[in-house]
Amino acid sequence: MGFLDIKKATKTYGTVRVLHETDISVEEGEFLVLVGPSGCGKSTLLNMIAGLEDVTSGEIAIRGRRMNDVRPAERNIAMVFQSYALYPNMNVAQNMAFGLEMHGVPKAERDKAVSEVAELLQITQLLNRKPGQLSGGQRQRVAMGRALVRQPDVFLFDEPLSNLDAKLRVDMRTEIKKLHQKLKTTIVYVTHDQIEALTLSTRIAVMFGGYVQQLGTPKEIYDNPANMFVAGFMGSPSMNLFPAKVGMENGEAVARISLHDGETATLPFASGNAMAVHDGREIVLGIRPEAITDEDGADRNSKAIHKLESAVEVTEPAGSDTFVVTQLGGKEVTARFRADVEVKPGDRFPFAVNMEKAVAFDPETEMRISG
Amino acid sequence: MATAAATTNAGAGATQVIRTGAGSRYVIYTLLILFCLYYLLPLYVMVVNSLKPLSEIQAGGMMALPDALTFAPWASAWSSAQVGVEATGLRPYFLNSILMVVPAVAISTVLGALNGYVLTKWRFRGDTIVFGLLLFGCFIPFQMVLIPMARMLGLMGIAGTVPGLIFVHLVYGIGFSTLYFRNYYQQFPTELVRAAMIDGAGFFTIFRRIMLPSSGPIAVVCVIWQFTNIWNDFLFGASFSDFDSQPMTVALNNLVQSSTGVKEYNVHFAGAIMAALPTLLVYIVAGRFFVRGLMAGSVKG
Repeated sequence: MGFLDIKKATKTYGTVRVLHETDISVEEGEFLVLVGPSGCGKSTLLNMIAGLEDVTSGEIAIRGRRMNDVRPAERNIAMVFQSYALYPNMNVAQNMAFGLEMHGVPKAERDKAVSEVAELLQITQLLNRKPGQLSGGQRQRVAMGRALVRQPDVFLFDEPLSNLDAKLRVDMRTEIKKLHQKLKTTIVYVTHDQIEALTLSTRIAVMFGGYVQQLGTPKEIYDNPANMFVAGFMGSPSMNLFPAKVGMENGEAVARISLHDGETATLPFASGNAMAVHDGREIVLGIRPEAITDEDGADRNSKAIHKLESAVEVTEPAGSDTFVVTQLGGKEVTARFRADVEVKPGDRFPFAVNMEKAVAFDPETEMRISG
Repeated sequence: MATAAATTNAGAGATQVIRTGAGSRYVIYTLLILFCLYYLLPLYVMVVNSLKPLSEIQAGGMMALPDALTFAPWASAWSSAQVGVEATGLRPYFLNSILMVVPAVAISTVLGALNGYVLTKWRFRGDTIVFGLLLFGCFIPFQMVLIPMARMLGLMGIAGTVPGLIFVHLVYGIGFSTLYFRNYYQQFPTELVRAAMIDGAGFFTIFRRIMLPSSGPIAVVCVIWQFTNIWNDFLFGASFSDFDSQPMTVALNNLVQSSTGVKEYNVHFAGAIMAALPTLLVYIVAGRFFVRGLMAGSVKG
């Protein structure tokens, strides 16, 4: 049993089921990120943990205590909202102390707790200001301070960075990560930004359509996506997904991919003959852009680099890399080249594919085919 | 040469624009001042005539400034004029009105705020129907409820008393005050209420500590609206009050109706100004919030 247990939890509004049976167990000190596109049920699940939404069926427990009918105030949780939700009529210190005041903590202790947290977050000079006089980043800090001051069992973050500009978002992301490493608190964090999910979490739950599509460490999610949705959603640029056919060549399982000019490229699977059982089957091959490179840029540690030649359609220099778009299996495929490779649209160019990083999906069920 | 011509042309054009601008502004201001005078004329007549002896009015000088300035009509209207059967002046009735209007406004505003808070932040099944009914209550004509209300007041044992009048105005006022606060609170971020819930604040604490401190503008609108309506009400005052609980409006009517012999116009004018002063005062003190508050409730609502 974990620190925070979500057992077969569902949520239904009228006849619409927005969250299907969900099981997640979070250990103490874990940083769980719920990620998914809008309407996937991630915020609903967070609100259920907070007690702001009822649990239709199933159970939510913190420290082994069933929370379904416990009021939000008594769950010993704190929440950081997307809009920060700072009380406009109170100054920063009052905002931070409000929760303690409501829980009957004496004034002296409140002041001490507030000043400690303010110091930790470097907002001591803001304590007497009203939220209206703060910048976005400062409000963000105060909102976190208000949560920290309570010393809750679980922190809930509801898209806390989405109202900040790009630069500040990256800074605050690092700061949240540092804070987590320092305080070792249990965090459940909702975001639609897959980069935030990958950088912050110790575990990720990728959600879509009210289902948890996959639950795992960032590395598991990134390298071994359970289905095509997870593969396409996580990572930027997203994973290339294109049709291929499994075949046998010299006793080895290979993927046959039709090229732009009607020819067929053959790429042996790295997993040896595990894919042989799927001989003749149509599959969707998933290869991330960084696993399709120019020859010199290929991963030297990989034992399964295979070459194929294809026509370059578009090049997108991005400073540190150049993204090269070509066609494989009739789909646009993005490859990641080193920035100084000379490549022009229209060229036929050799691409190096790292088959160790290739994953296969069933085109019907969109689920991963083990191989 | 060409440049010079162009400059002249441009200069001429500019002058023309300014001239027409000044001209239209002149017309606008003249019209505004005329309208202003037109609207202020009744007030002028009232003030001027309340400050002259009756003989001057009877001599036909309604528009003239007083020859002999006197405050006697004011004193008489306040404390000694014949109102109904007693010569008490308007003072006791002014007091009645205050005793009626202050609690009625305060209670209806607080209850309206509470209703608005519940209807937007603690939604329940059928809340739109409840709100619809409250709204419907705003538009029931006063005359329709006179007889049922009289019966109710009788049953409650507060017929013909100031508390009875307070009750009547409360019933009518809650519809409007709820409407105002509901629309205002609809804009109020729900995340704040949720944050306060997680912080451990209960229903009334959230209302008192989070909602009310941000309700200034709409509270002013509500107070002005309720104050003006309740203070100026005549029908309920005439229908549900006794001699000793009559509000100002009814007493003013009695003052004007119950002159023995000659009509003391100067006293009537003074009395009418007295009856109008409190609402005027409320507007002057809180008026600048009025438009702002109305806008706040209506722009996105």
